[in-house]
Amino acid sequence: MSRRRALATAARVARQLRHDPRTVALLLLVPSVLLGLLAWILRGRPGVFDHFAPSLLGIFPLIVMFLVTSVATLRERTSGTLERLLTMPLAKVEFVLGYALAFGTSAVAQGALVSGLSFGVYGLHVAGSAWLIVLVAVLNALLGTALGLSLSALATTEFQAVQFMPAFIFPQILLCGIVVSRDQLPTFLHWLSDVLPMSYAVDATTRVATSAAITTALILDIAVVVGFVAVALVIGATTLRRRTP
Amino acid sequence: MPESAAIRVESLNVVRSETAVLRDVSFVVPAGQLLGLLGPSGSGKTTLMRALLGLQIVASGDTEILGDRAGAVALRNRVGYVSQSPAVYGDLTVMENLRYFASILDVARDDVDRVLADVDLERYARSLVSRLSGGERARVSLAIALLGAPELLILDEPTVGLDPVLRRDLWTLFARQASAGTTLLVSSHVMDEAARCERLLLLREGQILADLTPAELLERTRTSSYDAAFVALIEGST
Ligand SMILES: Nc1ncnc2c1ncn2[C@@H]1O[C@H](COP(=O)(O)OP(=O)(O)O)[C@@H](O)[C@H]1O
Ligand SMILES: [Mg+2]
Repeated sequence: MSRRRALATAARVARQLRHDPRTVALLLLVPSVLLGLLAWILRGRPGVFDHFAPSLLGIFPLIVMFLVTSVATLRERTSGTLERLLTMPLAKVEFVLGYALAFGTSAVAQGALVSGLSFGVYGLHVAGSAWLIVLVAVLNALLGTALGLSLSALATTEFQAVQFMPAFIFPQILLCGIVVSRDQLPTFLHWLSDVLPMSYAVDATTRVATSAAITTALILDIAVVVGFVAVALVIGATTLRRRTP
Repeated sequence: MPESAAIRVESLNVVRSETAVLRDVSFVVPAGQLLGLLGPSGSGKTTLMRALLGLQIVASGDTEILGDRAGAVALRNRVGYVSQSPAVYGDLTVMENLRYFASILDVARDDVDRVLADVDLERYARSLVSRLSGGERARVSLAIALLGAPELLILDEPTVGLDPVLRRDLWTLFARQASAGTTLLVSSHVMDEAARCERLLLLREGQILADLTPAELLERTRTSSYDAAFVALIEGST
């Protein structure tokens, strides 16, 4: 593991983003605009906005980062730059960490903006600390990047990569407790929701939204999300193939 | 000269999608040679090069590069590779591309200027790669492979699509590299490029048809053009 090569990769990904200001603007603004829209729709019903917004604060960045990362890695694969890098002294872990670092930084900016607007302008109120909501939002964005890195190995075309979003992310949204509270799900679906990362992210934000106490359960939920990020990054590194048939 | 061999391939077989793409390929390349790998499209040139880099899963055979197993970690900054379609970042400038790969290879920054001059792209240093022509992009890809002056260069059709003057300049560059001790394996499907090489490997349908010098090729086939020589070889072998 060389920190220099991972950092150089992160800087390169960031430089690619800088040459594409429209993508940066979309990355930063889309979640903020969507939450603003939600706040507008629910104006006059602050309880409802306070109920949904904390979870969506994490889910929108996850979706955006998942898509961006999937497309970026698929591009590395099809352009041959990934193969070229793997003939050089770049370890797969360094490649994956480079991406996580670059998009993680964007995630922090995105999370800060959307949270700042939600709490400052859209009138969001939570019982616990707003910072914990921001933390979970950023972790969710990182999770999106990590999932994008590990799943993009399965996609061989852009069409497939784009469809991975409804295939892998939508079921998590349906099962994470926003639509129906998780303990009211049919038994099998409850089990399924127990092994999906978004369930823990939404559990964590719900806890912060409803109680000011930092409980063990909350810390565990956050730890599980961190664990999922780490595992997805490791899977992302192992699914990169140097040798092909 | 067993120690000074840059490439040693023995009975290499590669199967892709259940088709034998390389069949019993064997050859040895001494260090410092400029070797041309010629053959029509689909003959297996790219597959062979990828096998030498350890990127291709092979069915059987031994491949030794600079005294090491193909694809070994120790080789990763000793071998430069140019893939057939330029592997460069279109959304970065030429300079940004070179600097990134230089930092991965841990190569000094002034080496970037050297390779840029070698491929004659200095005036495009600040251009976005996606705005360059195909030939210019190919030269960016070549420049990246030259970073750090690797001992072995594996170049997959580096001159295809370039104008004659540029092609001549690049072959001059390759010859200069070879006389400085670098080993070069350069592929092409344009038979006329044979004239530029010290030695030729003619590949057809995954098999080595001939392994000789350009002069020997013309002499053996009693032809004056390399295209005609290749046809004569095929007809003589069937
Ligand atoms: N990804 C692949 N899967 C299966 N067969 C392939 C693949 N790529 C190339 N081939 C086949 O391998 C043979 C050799 O291809 P290649 O090495 O690219 O030849 P060349 O570089 O000489 O044009 C061709 O018959 C081609 O159809
Ligand atoms: Mg080829």
